[in-house]
Amino acid sequence: MNIKKIIPQLVTALVVILIFGFFTYNAQINMDNRGITFGYGFLSQESSFDVQFSLIEYDGSHSYARAYLVGLLNTLLVAFIGIIISTILGVIIGIARLSPNYLIERSAAFYVEFFRNIPLLLQIFFWYFAALRALPLPQDADAIFGVSFLTIKGLFVPRFVWENLDIFFYSIMAAIISIIVIRNYARKLQENEGKQLPVFLISSGLLIVLPLLTFIIGGVSLNFEIPVIKQLSTTSFVYEGGLGIPPELIALTLALALYTATFIAECVRAGIQGISKGQKEAAASIGLTPNQVLKLVIMPQALRIIIPPTTNQYLNLTKNSSLAAAIAYPDLVLVFAGTALMQTGRAIEIVSITMFTYLSISLSISLLMNWYNKKIAIKEK
Amino acid sequence: MNKLNLLKPNKENLNTYLYIGSFLFFIAVLDVFLGSFFQINITSFLPNFVGFILPLILGVVGLHLIRIEFSGIPKLDLLNKNINTNTFNAILTLLIIFVIIKSIPPIMSWFIIDANIAGDTKEACTGTGACWTYIKIWLRRFVYGMYPNELQWRINISFFLLIALAFVGLIPSEKLKKFLTLYYVIIYPIIAFILIYYLISGGAFGLEWVETGAWGGLSLTFIVSFFCLIFCFPVGMFLALGRRSTLPTIRYISVGFIEFWRGVPLITVLFMSSVMFPMFLPEDFFMDKLVRVIIAISLFEAAYVAEVIRGGLQALPRGQYDAAKSLGMGYWKMHIFVILPQALKLVIPGIANTFLALVKDTPLIFVVGLLEIVGMLNLAKTNPKWLGFAMEGYVFAAIIFWIICYAMSKYSYNLELKYKTER
Repeated sequence: MNIKKIIPQLVTALVVILIFGFFTYNAQINMDNRGITFGYGFLSQESSFDVQFSLIEYDGSHSYARAYLVGLLNTLLVAFIGIIISTILGVIIGIARLSPNYLIERSAAFYVEFFRNIPLLLQIFFWYFAALRALPLPQDADAIFGVSFLTIKGLFVPRFVWENLDIFFYSIMAAIISIIVIRNYARKLQENEGKQLPVFLISSGLLIVLPLLTFIIGGVSLNFEIPVIKQLSTTSFVYEGGLGIPPELIALTLALALYTATFIAECVRAGIQGISKGQKEAAASIGLTPNQVLKLVIMPQALRIIIPPTTNQYLNLTKNSSLAAAIAYPDLVLVFAGTALMQTGRAIEIVSITMFTYLSISLSISLLMNWYNKKIAIKEK
Repeated sequence: MNKLNLLKPNKENLNTYLYIGSFLFFIAVLDVFLGSFFQINITSFLPNFVGFILPLILGVVGLHLIRIEFSGIPKLDLLNKNINTNTFNAILTLLIIFVIIKSIPPIMSWFIIDANIAGDTKEACTGTGACWTYIKIWLRRFVYGMYPNELQWRINISFFLLIALAFVGLIPSEKLKKFLTLYYVIIYPIIAFILIYYLISGGAFGLEWVETGAWGGLSLTFIVSFFCLIFCFPVGMFLALGRRSTLPTIRYISVGFIEFWRGVPLITVLFMSSVMFPMFLPEDFFMDKLVRVIIAISLFEAAYVAEVIRGGLQALPRGQYDAAKSLGMGYWKMHIFVILPQALKLVIPGIANTFLALVKDTPLIFVVGLLEIVGMLNLAKTNPKWLGFAMEGYVFAAIIFWIICYAMSKYSYNLELKYKTER
């Protein structure tokens, strides 16, 4: 260790410590002046505010910690739905961008260039304030397939009413486990004896037959509760029963999915283009069918390129879901860093908890990604 | 004449197939076209559903008939190769053509034919299309925010000067060329800051003081993006170098800093700058809202810039470092003259993407109460005299942002081509 290496480190560390010290010192003084003490005890206090849309039971008598949980679950819900839609859309658009059909390729390119270059917030506002506001009032809405209603108050769909749902879940789990066993057995069979089992047929059969059996003999039953319009007064109508999806959620997921799909499409395109043509030809020349070429040769290699940037996009989507605050969808930022902060005035605690939540989601996923990248990296000799 | 086999078109009866095929295709397109542009339904004698599906069937059959390999007609071969390789592709092709034909009339009528631009009140908008009068009346607010009307020339002049000064680099003078980097990295930002501080903000030289709360609209979008862009680049560069440093303290601090900012959404960072940051400063210390926002966004984007630049640094072969060191260069000399110029060249697309993201993130400053163009739209939308024109406003802003972002991405693509060196 020579002096040239120690001095810069010392100086940097000192500067960082000084800045932190300065901030803490000021925060201490400011809080003393306002008569508040630092601490997370407020989390167990009664929140006394209501949230419009919640996945778990919640009202004003619950604690701030519960309000935090409500916000977090709402954020995760948006992220989850958004990720599913954007993946499906992104894969389709990404493949369409490689289509030999000129019109399809141009349409996909148009989609990507169009949605990518408009700020997400503007898109959310557009869907929420302009597009969804053009929907009919509850009393004027036409039924979609006779059971669903898309209105200015949101989307109302039938709710599933299950009986003995747990047995149904067990049957699906049993099906999945048996599929894994059969797949392993089939692989062994092929490696040892060269015989092939129709694994796909067997697995899809299992997935359909086992849950169906529970309906017949397991006592599982499924009913639909269809939303019914009800008149409250001469001008006010509401839907009762069924599942109501608020327009905020629709606008947010729609905008997030359409926006993120453009980035996922580019990842997919880059991944497929990254596989050299020789791979396909080599695979075909050793006698693999086109399906096998795609499944055994192209996809495993393309996924290696596609998955890391796509995970990044999923993370971006999750972080972008915080824009929900702009259209009053009760996500983590709105419920906790908005309403709860206004009521308690505990800026440092609440903002730090909110940031820490997002930070831990991001860091855990990037750790997972690093592990995955190491696992799938081509082992070069 | 050979027997016609309609299921399997071949070259022998080329012309017959071609005539029948293109006729069917033409009928299909004509049906949709007339229905969409002139509301004439030439298949009205058919049941509704059949009339709806008929153009598709005719089109598919038509395209099937003209799908003849190696026909010897270059244009036909090109057509078949590009849009008509098989039935599935033909269906998709037809659907896309129909969607385009169907969507042109409503879009045209909304944008132009049924739209209004005359007059200056809401009542002037009588058509069913867009009400561009709304945009016309509010344009000043959308561009300048609440900035006083009679002082708006100050914004215009400073922007004009800034753009003019940005083009100094184009004047080729061998003597001054080595100062260009210095100019762009240090002198230009200082000039920009002085211009904006004294000209837009005022308060000196007899210019009236305009507080930052009154700034807004598109000009605020430009000001915020401009300063964040200038500040985040050097900070990001130092962070990238710090992350690659061999000194553990510096490396860990840089890693922690970068991962922290990259892990949180911008909106919480802005929340922090508005509600949490004042708690960290001495009580009598005042920092303008706009300055706080610019610092917050710059630090946030700097973390992303750092990761992009690190990618470039990692992509350089070790030989470059070794060669520079063997010439007796120190750490800074090596990086300034050998490593960074090459690394930055490699990451132009990545940096351009980050800057694009920055421009697209600026509307978020509504969180702290600053109203750039999207914020102004939301304000105008709630004005009781102009209710119900949300769509026009958002479409207007979307067009502006789209042009800015698309131009930026095309420019970065050109830069990438220009600086592409054989390696």
